[in-house]
Amino acid sequence: MTPAVELVEVRKSFGATPIIRGVSLALEAGTRQALIGPNGAGKSTLFNLITGKYRVTTGRIRVKGEDVTDLTPYEINRRGLSRSFQVTNIFTRMSVFENLRCAALWGAGYRYSFWHRVSAARAVNERAETVLEQLNLTARRDVPAGVLSYAEQRALEIGITIAGGADVVLLDEPTSGMSRSETEHVVGLIRQVTAGKTLLMVEHDMSVVFDLADRIAVLVYGEIIAHDTPERIRANAAVQEAYLGVPQGVA
Amino acid sequence: MSTVSTRPIAVAGVARAARVRRYGIWLAAAVVLLALPQLIRTGTAIAIMNQMGIAVVFALSFNMLLGQGGMLSFGHAVYFGLGGFIAAHVLNLAGRGTLWIPVPVLPLVGGLGGLAFAILFGSFSTRRAGTVFAMISLGVAELMAASSLIFDRFFGGEEGITTNRSKAPLLLGLEFTRDRQVYYLIAFWLFVSAIAMYAFSRTPVGRMANAVRDNPERAEFVGYSQNRVRFVSFCAAGFFAGIAGGLFAVNYEILTAENMGLNASGAVLLMTYIGGIGSFVGPVIGAVVFTFLQSMLSDYTGMWLLYLGILFLATVLFVPMGLAGVLMLHAPAWRARRIGRLVGPYLVTGALALVAAVGIIGILEMIHFVVAADTTRPTRRLFWVAVAPRTLTPWLGFAALVVAGALGARWAAPRAAAAFTEASRPAATS
Repeated sequence: MTPAVELVEVRKSFGATPIIRGVSLALEAGTRQALIGPNGAGKSTLFNLITGKYRVTTGRIRVKGEDVTDLTPYEINRRGLSRSFQVTNIFTRMSVFENLRCAALWGAGYRYSFWHRVSAARAVNERAETVLEQLNLTARRDVPAGVLSYAEQRALEIGITIAGGADVVLLDEPTSGMSRSETEHVVGLIRQVTAGKTLLMVEHDMSVVFDLADRIAVLVYGEIIAHDTPERIRANAAVQEAYLGVPQGVA
Repeated sequence: MSTVSTRPIAVAGVARAARVRRYGIWLAAAVVLLALPQLIRTGTAIAIMNQMGIAVVFALSFNMLLGQGGMLSFGHAVYFGLGGFIAAHVLNLAGRGTLWIPVPVLPLVGGLGGLAFAILFGSFSTRRAGTVFAMISLGVAELMAASSLIFDRFFGGEEGITTNRSKAPLLLGLEFTRDRQVYYLIAFWLFVSAIAMYAFSRTPVGRMANAVRDNPERAEFVGYSQNRVRFVSFCAAGFFAGIAGGLFAVNYEILTAENMGLNASGAVLLMTYIGGIGSFVGPVIGAVVFTFLQSMLSDYTGMWLLYLGILFLATVLFVPMGLAGVLMLHAPAWRARRIGRLVGPYLVTGALALVAAVGIIGILEMIHFVVAADTTRPTRRLFWVAVAPRTLTPWLGFAALVVAGALGARWAAPRAAAAFTEASRPAATS
């Protein structure tokens, strides 16, 4: 079966500094995977390479078998791969509903149309309402996204990512800065909205990682040192040494 | 369970109310446009209203860039002017019988001209946003200013291009010999353009223009090229600016390079900003107020540009949301039916501020008189009084007005603000 995302010997340097040092990774379609690693390992850089925000120095990236190495972010998005951001990245002056509607437009085939009315775009409006309910933000429907609370903005961040109907979803630290109860809500949300899809998630909260992930990739200093099931990662000596350490509390 | 059974009726009522609100405003606008020349009949008033109508179309098109798309252009008059020049040339061809183009469709010709040049210049300028976009727009404006000197068969050199709307073929026997007839033509195109521009903001690409304005990076990660979204908005804005230019050609029967110069681009920026870029009606209010002040003030003082500049500065500093934004701030008080309580405090503050303004204007006018005006006359009339600016008394008098008005306004303004806060509280539910 074709992997949902496949990286072949991907390298990325900023100036003379190599950040990603030869990553090869294949994500099986329909699985939930986590990318973990210490700060500065290159997790966000890897996300930016996969989604077209950065260009690789060498190597190839394929999404669902198609080479996307030299494509722009929007071209990659149109091929069914969508991402969220570590620092909340929403349309602040538009209402919550408008945020979701804009995110759903391209997937519904509206492109750069100036001959359709959005209010009559049924599929898009229904999609936005559905996501609004999933996010538990129905009461905040018409509020400008910029005035939402931090946790609500994080939820909207995920909502914008999935509203377009992408089947490969990349989430960059979806629970960062959240309380325990907010984290639990977001984990439930992620589980719900990525059912049947391929998920790759950067996450620091190990309980979230072991709760959600079918497989875990460990990135240390720009290299994948392990890519395996949670149980084997937990038992992996190299991972323990490089990353999990003692105080992280895997339990 | 009576609430349950009444709900569908209530929902239908809400939907009907929304429909009435949506179409009612446009209907009211159409009625006002048709009735205005019947209510205000003087020739000057008609001429000013024609000027306002053209300015409204132009300002609305500018806000497609600035307010809707987040693009600050210093050269939007380029598309207004080029649309106007093309319309003027086409009108001349029609007058000679080379083309069959009647006057009523001429604004559309201007629009297509504006669109063509927006496609040309937009193809590279919309690849950038922010400061770079603004600089490119300035460069294009300079380029056109230089071109107007080089291509003087097209731009007519210093005298510009004159034309004559009465020589064009008639459509349905409609004549445009008098300003009043031109008024209805402008009103028609204003109405159609305003609806079209409003509708544009409600289309997928219109919504994405807002999204790109707010966060261009994220727009790319939901499938849209920010450059392409900006390009489409830019072309639409150029089209409607061209329509305004075509209306200008019909109304004034002359175009000069000034019409597409930096001053004209600056004026549309000022009027749009003063009106408010955050809402659709903002530019309409701004264009009407700006044009009114422009034509009124220039009759009374040689310093009218200074006053418009002060108005712009005051807007940027104190009410960046513009006049429309100030009106919108009062929506909660209006809904709570407490708007009446604001009249008193506002009148007091406004009157005191007016006293200070009279003082400031008096001093400015006297400075202008002493520095610039002819020295043969010792006095000039200011506020219906003969004033002698070369004596001390009027200076002291106006300075006293400034001090008294400013102190009074400082005393009254917090009270007006408190009244505003009080009136804006949500109405008690019981």
